[in-house]
Amino acid sequence: MSFDGFRALNALSLVLEPGEMRAVIGPNGAGKTTMVDVITGKTRPDTGRVVFGKDTDLTKLDEPAIAALGIGRKFQKPTVFEPHTVWDNLLLALAGDRTPRFTLWARQTTEEQDRIEAILTTIRLSDHRDRRAGDLSHGQKQWLEIGMLLAQEPQLLLVDEPVAGMTDAETHETADLLREINRTRSVVVVEHDMDFVRALGVKVTVLHEGSVLSEGSIDHVSADPRVVEVYLGR
Amino acid sequence: MTRDRPTWITLVLVLAIAALLGVANLAGNPYVPTYIVSLAGKYLTYAMLALAVDLVWGFAGILSLGHAAFFALGGYAMGMYLMREIGPRGVYANPLLPDFMVFLNWKTLPWYWHGFGFFPFAVLMAMLVPGLLALVFGWLAFRSRVSGVYLSIITQALTFALLLAFFRNDMGFGGNNGLTDFKDILGADLHADTTRVALLWITAILLCAQLLVCRFLVRSRYGKVLIAVRDTESRTRFLGYRPETYKLVAWTISAIMAGIGGALYVPQVGIINPSEFAPANSIEAVIWVAVGGRATMAGAVLGAVLVNLGKTWLTGALPEVWLFALGALFIVVTLFLPRGIMGLFARRRGKPAAAVSAAKEITG
Repeated sequence: MSFDGFRALNALSLVLEPGEMRAVIGPNGAGKTTMVDVITGKTRPDTGRVVFGKDTDLTKLDEPAIAALGIGRKFQKPTVFEPHTVWDNLLLALAGDRTPRFTLWARQTTEEQDRIEAILTTIRLSDHRDRRAGDLSHGQKQWLEIGMLLAQEPQLLLVDEPVAGMTDAETHETADLLREINRTRSVVVVEHDMDFVRALGVKVTVLHEGSVLSEGSIDHVSADPRVVEVYLGR
Repeated sequence: MTRDRPTWITLVLVLAIAALLGVANLAGNPYVPTYIVSLAGKYLTYAMLALAVDLVWGFAGILSLGHAAFFALGGYAMGMYLMREIGPRGVYANPLLPDFMVFLNWKTLPWYWHGFGFFPFAVLMAMLVPGLLALVFGWLAFRSRVSGVYLSIITQALTFALLLAFFRNDMGFGGNNGLTDFKDILGADLHADTTRVALLWITAILLCAQLLVCRFLVRSRYGKVLIAVRDTESRTRFLGYRPETYKLVAWTISAIMAGIGGALYVPQVGIINPSEFAPANSIEAVIWVAVGGRATMAGAVLGAVLVNLGKTWLTGALPEVWLFALGALFIVVTLFLPRGIMGLFARRRGKPAAAVSAAKEITG
């Protein structure tokens, strides 16, 4: 994946290998969320390209088309379907036909049920399947949303601040969960919690004012004087 | 998910009351004169309009302030059939042209009046015209991601534009006076008690059918996506759903339902004129749904019937007070009963707000 020359994002270029997990950090306003918006089709860049897979230019597509290609997105604020049960949230997220023509007549298959069961186990919400998603705790909603992304079976997962507002225990479990997910898919984690990024133990890209300031291991970037300047010298 | 029991109770009540009123009328019960039968029939057609509004507002988050337009279009389609049925029995005894056309010195029937002498065609048009208008309007609006207050305003503009158009004599729909003086429907005298009772029963049965269609839609996986679109549109988009098509399906079905309501309204009320397009009518329909309880279906039917019972009584007793009462009702419901009368039932049974994310902002 590569980005060149945006106005909001300034000449940002980032390449992610298939199967890689990458942490993107940076102070407020660095362009982290804008970058995710551009990849998922919410915002269209003035110039530049976002290439997914071999040669698919994502800037030509809209959100549902990009989602169908296999790119999932987790919002900064947990966003689940509150009036529906945990089970139904996952059911709606399961990869499959998205047209009303199909959903009008669709019946739950045993295959679908098995997949939902498996995801419930992964996200540790098996006991909460029949609860309204709106009644879950903040951390449980975050996991449910991650579960919905898994159900979508994306090749690439974009996770925007997954541990914001989580307890230490929940943060720890989330790191485990993301590593588990990364076994089969590429993951981009946007964060500004340095400790969490350190716990993930992956390559880090530091953004500042819309471009890449530094890239490498967490120890490498935290030793970089420019990064120290941006984080501490404001 | 929407609770199921209120829907079944409503279904049974609608059928039972319609049956009771009809039988009592035909048996000559002095407490059930024919005008009561037709009044009940009129309420049930309003209930269809309310249900149509509830489908889009309650479950898709589209606050339509122009739904009476679809109702009126269905009504005009039926009215055109009823006009052609008059045949040579009009004041001017013209076998082909309705009276108002003779009065305007027209020599030939406008092309769009052809076919309306044939009942099945008129019925088809009563559904097709509102449906197609909704399809085109919705396609343009939802694709451009017009939503919330902006969409409400353009629905209001839509019905107002139709109001002005239908007022014009040269539109060929009877102008200000609309279509009236109907004689019979399918050969049955419209003023006969049996016809009136039959119309009430047909209305009751079709209202129940509409309830079942809505129930099917809302409980299907489609309906779950629709509710998801209502509450969290961007999430559905990033999951790969296209909210605009989901809205368009519900919106078009809803317009057809309203059109059927209008088509049944006209023979029972005996007149259709442009005032049915008045923006206030559409707003009233939204109030019925709010009073009954948004996103409950049964509440829409209940609200439409109760508010109109109140309207019939109050406009008879204290006509000048009605609009103030309606306004006050809306304020009271919004402030103290955000989930309407149905919400009251749910609370009594101690169930938390399961059906609706309570009082969700219309712009959501």
